[in-house]
Amino acid sequence: MADQPHIELKNVDLAYGDFVVMRDVSARVARGQVFVIMGGSGCGKSTLLWNMIGLQTPAKGDILYDGKSFLQADDAERESMERKFGVLFQGGGLWSSMTLAENISLPLQEHTQLADDEIRRIVRLKLALVGLKGFEDFYPSEVSGGMMKRAGLARAMALDPEILFFDEPSAGLDPITSRRLDELILSLRDNLGTTVVMVTHELDSIFAVADQAIFLDNASRTVKATGNPRDLLRDTKDPAVREFLTRGGQKEPAKAI
Amino acid sequence: MSHIVTGTFDSHCALRGFTPGGNTGSDLDAPTESLPPPRVDFQSPNAGRCVVRLSGDWTVKSTGRPHPAPDANLSSNSTVAFDLNDVSDWDSALLAWLLELLIVLDQRSIRYQMETLPGGVRRSLELARAVPERTDTPPHGETSGWLARVGLGAQRGWTATKHIAEFVGDCTLAMTSLVRGRAQFRRADLLLFMQEAGAEALPINLLISFLVGLILAFVGAVQLQQFGASIYVANLVAIAMVREMGCIMAGIIMCGRTGAAYAAQLGTMKVNQEIDAFRTFLFNPIDFLVMPRMLALFLMMPILTLFANLAGIAGGVLIGIGMLDLTWLEYWHQTVHALTFKHCAAGFMKSFVFGLIVAISGCYNGMRCPNNAAGVGQATTTAVVAGITSIVIADAVFAVLFNIFKF
Repeated sequence: MADQPHIELKNVDLAYGDFVVMRDVSARVARGQVFVIMGGSGCGKSTLLWNMIGLQTPAKGDILYDGKSFLQADDAERESMERKFGVLFQGGGLWSSMTLAENISLPLQEHTQLADDEIRRIVRLKLALVGLKGFEDFYPSEVSGGMMKRAGLARAMALDPEILFFDEPSAGLDPITSRRLDELILSLRDNLGTTVVMVTHELDSIFAVADQAIFLDNASRTVKATGNPRDLLRDTKDPAVREFLTRGGQKEPAKAI
Repeated sequence: MSHIVTGTFDSHCALRGFTPGGNTGSDLDAPTESLPPPRVDFQSPNAGRCVVRLSGDWTVKSTGRPHPAPDANLSSNSTVAFDLNDVSDWDSALLAWLLELLIVLDQRSIRYQMETLPGGVRRSLELARAVPERTDTPPHGETSGWLARVGLGAQRGWTATKHIAEFVGDCTLAMTSLVRGRAQFRRADLLLFMQEAGAEALPINLLISFLVGLILAFVGAVQLQQFGASIYVANLVAIAMVREMGCIMAGIIMCGRTGAAYAAQLGTMKVNQEIDAFRTFLFNPIDFLVMPRMLALFLMMPILTLFANLAGIAGGVLIGIGMLDLTWLEYWHQTVHALTFKHCAAGFMKSFVFGLIVAISGCYNGMRCPNNAAGVGQATTTAVVAGITSIVIADAVFAVLFNIFKF
């Protein structure tokens, strides 16, 4: 089991109808790693994420969790896999008709046997973790975009998932909140052993948290590089990857690390 | 006036008469006639060389820009240089013109000297041309030709039919689990939707139905009075309201009111990824979002219809007593006499069906809404149009069925 990857992508093709967005994506993510999907805008990063959590189905290839196929699983197996996911959407994806506390407590009410006051305690804890103590009874429309995102993160963590999926977590956050988020991600990984899959193009964040990354190239529609971003920056021969990791050549590779 | 692209000029190629800040403040209202018109001259001092000499005001405020087509007899082995010394002021208008000129020159493979352009202009143009146009973008726009359009339309129609069937199937499954007592939605949601589709919709329903009853009675009264049969206005109004108009009017009002609201709510939720969020937490969006709405309309519609019927009959009473000099008792007696169980049952049955139609039309269109603001508007429109059309078609089907079964 030790060398069994937690997540494995096998030659996945992403497509919208007949239009193939990305070809032949393969990756292995060990348990407790932070896996970053990077690349320019519109290259299919988020699409890959949607495919991994089952909101879309790949045109080809397979996705395995703990060595078991996610795509060929029957409904019950698939449900038990999905139960271990937590997802943070780009805009938070909070249910707008519910308060922040209700947003977090709903999954707990539906999927656990916890008593109401236990649920309330967990909700308070999760909101405190993302720095939203005291905002329990606010509606998503009453808080800022960054706060919505953080509340979305609290909701994603509600059921203590084994894998957290983040779609551009730091987009729209100020640098300080963004760094706190990175720290939170690392502490989730270190303390709870959570595997994190993150779509981002925030370079600082990539270098700060990523154990492993894949670079999706817009032009060739394939994966151009796989590995630790620091190693990639040092070793890569591919101009597209180098350009991305150095902000179009502005940063010296040595300084970027 | 602020330039869209800030024009910064190198000192060695500063333009004569150019003011770095451009026209400011008071010049905003200045008539455009006072600006020197933009002009272009294609001059060929010697063979193989062409100078594009621009002069005048090249801003978005100036008018009468010439067409950016170089001399037709400019041969492909000549070199083009630019002379912008007489340009008094410029902004994006100049850049757009030059960009188009460069495209024309490229197409005719005529060389040009970018370095003869002032620094700011040159750098802006280089920026605009830095990223080559993507040619491998997904197919966009449709092929024309009416045959292709008819075919695509038919395909879309077939896909939509399959989607609706799938949606109705999902709803049926969800309904089954609801009946088995495994409902997955929040009770508070259901009560809220019942309030919205019930009590809050009542006043508009009462008003419209009252007026419809009144109109029916009025039209009937004018005709029936000629035969001395004014008392039959009561029959006319009672049967028409209870059998047809009550449930149809309630259905149409609810379609425009609640069906549209459902489509907009669910559409916005889809745009905000709230529906995706439900899926990731293993909540079935049909169970969680569609069922309470459908149930609310299914339960409230017959009640609204009942009130609509009463309001319509009240409208008839007003005409009967006010215009035809009937007495309360006469009208009441005639109405009770006219209404049979079959009439009431027919209207009641239809009201359940219309409730489902409104809910399905609203929720289906909301759930399948494209992920943008225009999509939400479109979904709402479709929900109302499809809902009202379906109600009228369903009513026609009912009329035929009732006729066949002598109901």
